[in-house]
Amino acid sequence: MSLFSEIGSWLSDGTNWHGAAGIPHRLAIHLEYSAISVAIACAIALPVGLWLGHVGKGGAVAINISNVGRAIPTYALLVLLFVGIGAQHRVAETIVALAAFGLPPLLTNTYTGVREVDPEVREAARGMGMSGGQVLRRVEIPLAMPLILDGLRIAVVQVVATMTVAALIGVEGLGRFVVDGFTNSDPGQYGGGAVVVGVLALALEGIFVLLQRVVDPVARSRRDRRRVGTATSEIRAAETS
Amino acid sequence: MAPALAADDGPLLCPPSTWFCGKYITNRGADIKLALQEHISLALGGVALGLVLSFGLALLARRSQVLRNVILGGSTLLYTIPSLALLAILVPLIGLSKSQYAVLFGIAIYSLVVLVRAFVTGLAGVPDEVTEAARGMGFGTVRMLLRVELPLALPTIMAGLRVATVSGIALVTLGVVVDHGGLGNLLDEATTHGYKFEALTASVLCVVLAVVADVVLLLMQKLITPWRRGRAAR
Repeated sequence: MSLFSEIGSWLSDGTNWHGAAGIPHRLAIHLEYSAISVAIACAIALPVGLWLGHVGKGGAVAINISNVGRAIPTYALLVLLFVGIGAQHRVAETIVALAAFGLPPLLTNTYTGVREVDPEVREAARGMGMSGGQVLRRVEIPLAMPLILDGLRIAVVQVVATMTVAALIGVEGLGRFVVDGFTNSDPGQYGGGAVVVGVLALALEGIFVLLQRVVDPVARSRRDRRRVGTATSEIRAAETS
Repeated sequence: MAPALAADDGPLLCPPSTWFCGKYITNRGADIKLALQEHISLALGGVALGLVLSFGLALLARRSQVLRNVILGGSTLLYTIPSLALLAILVPLIGLSKSQYAVLFGIAIYSLVVLVRAFVTGLAGVPDEVTEAARGMGFGTVRMLLRVELPLALPTIMAGLRVATVSGIALVTLGVVVDHGGLGNLLDEATTHGYKFEALTASVLCVVLAVVADVVLLLMQKLITPWRRGRAAR
């Protein structure tokens, strides 16, 4: 049987859509853990990034944190937490690891977004008698919003992708189809799981494109340039180091 | 290419709860070396393949705006697919018996998002005066590309290569699902037995490998672009 027909029959098999090991239940868990992790990453990265950007300090840290993150394999961090803390806490370990990998894009983009606000605009706001906090709330955050949202998009897509790896330390979620499928040598299962995970990642990416369009309709062309620029900015960062 | 590391349930070397075990490193040295070799060959092979593909794609992307958008957009789209899912699609396409090549292709595909952009932005950054001067001196398309454009684009290409290599080295570990994860195979064994020392040794080796590769590429770049020496980093 060809790969595609095996994937097709796996996906159309009703038993894969029911129960604790079914697609809907695992999707719900996948999204739940991802959402908690992104929330934690936001709770840390947003205030720190806004503050660093506002005072204009710590830029090297905010930018280089993603370079450090890139060198540490997700799987390695998960395994270190798993053997260090114990199997019974694997869900908490996964959430910590996911939050750690979601943090760099949020921090870098928030910092850069606030930092890139035109100094003249900032000075004009000051001249109008705004306090530091007012400048941040009324000027810097609104102007940084497109970049912050883009950081959120990268973080969400990354966390949801990384969540599949958690199946390697036995955590529930969509990654289980892929990992168990390989263990059972069942191409329908790992291929089908891959299709579900891939569709989820692309759907989230699509939702963010729409969201960014709604939130910031005027700056579409500018944002598109930025979206394309994500990888380019990484190259630039490496070029200057 | 190094063969897959056999699952080893060898004798307990140290209490599982110790983070460092000298005996593990000496007694299992051969396995660690094998894992390291597989890790390096898969990462370098994958990135090298990605580099060749990216060069070709970047040359195509120069031909028209439409091609450029399709190629840049396509590489971004592929990058969005979670790595385990990409591997799960590649393995049956390539064949389970040659699954190490699926890992290699996966790394190559992921490297495209950075490498194609590095080539495209690097080549686009060559000043028009320079290419015009070279054309005036009688340089043809190929000679222009090899002697003028590529050397001037090198800093950007090398920067992209560093990012892609460091990411690729981290990515190899996920090959563990088909027993070709290099150091990831050791991480799997550490998970099964709860060996802290094995988890730490493998993780440290992954990071050291990435840092060494990054530094080597940086030095290589300094060596092959001597005209940039002494110029402050932009």
